[in-house]
Amino acid sequence: MQISARHSDRTTIFDVSGDIDLANSPEVRKALLREVREKRTPRVVMNLSKVRYIDSSGVASLVEGLKACRDLNLRFILFGLSPSAREVLQLSRLLKIFEVYDNEDQALASQI
Amino acid sequence: MSRHDTKGVSPASNDGFLLKLELHSDPKLLCVVRGALENLTEVFGFSPPDRRSVTRAVDEALTNIMRHCYQGQLDQPIEVYCTRVPRRSSSDGAGLQILLCDYGPEVDPAKLRGRPLDEIKPGGLGLHFIRQSMDTVEYQRSGSTNQFRLVKYLQPSTQSLGS
Repeated sequence: MQISARHSDRTTIFDVSGDIDLANSPEVRKALLREVREKRTPRVVMNLSKVRYIDSSGVASLVEGLKACRDLNLRFILFGLSPSAREVLQLSRLLKIFEVYDNEDQALASQI
Repeated sequence: MSRHDTKGVSPASNDGFLLKLELHSDPKLLCVVRGALENLTEVFGFSPPDRRSVTRAVDEALTNIMRHCYQGQLDQPIEVYCTRVPRRSSSDGAGLQILLCDYGPEVDPAKLRGRPLDEIKPGGLGLHFIRQSMDTVEYQRSGSTNQFRLVKYLQPSTQSLGS
């Protein structure tokens, strides 16, 4: 799993590739929470288009990111969900909780 | 009973034996098992969604073993036995049984229920994923061994190794 960040216009986009599982979800969690709690970036976006698999620990990291954003009134956005990633969010009844878009253009154009 | 005895299930002596994996309780090996399961379920004849379901369930069960049974130790033994089992009724095909064995402390069955999903909070989702993904999910303690038995049955339209 690899994770890198792009910063622009009060937005940080995390590009994640590979599988997110028990071996590396702490890394995702750490990067996310640092961006939210320390930098307080108004909009945090997760590019999951190159993530084939997310396990329950990966979902937990995303939930922590979402909750941290909500606590600080920031936005947390996901885009590019694979079938497997979409399935785990549906199974955990979280798909409607997250702000989810198909691609980056839609995610960045979104206004709430 | 020997350390590696799987009495009660005897998967390796079953005619339906397909695959056995032995691994250490290192999370870095989870992707290796997922790769094997993805290929096995394809050969067995599962649809793409069912392949993902089986792979997810096994991955989550292994994650639970690593986190809770072995409490993060990286060098403890885990065995995964995959066997073909007969159909349970005329409405489905043969099943793929995956038996996961570890030698950690006995698991409290009350902790295998999972948490309700009506609260948005991290954690506690793995068991829910397993139960949603598989047709049968059972736990038993046999001697010094924890045995988690997972079974997924083919839908009748699919024919392959499982037919």
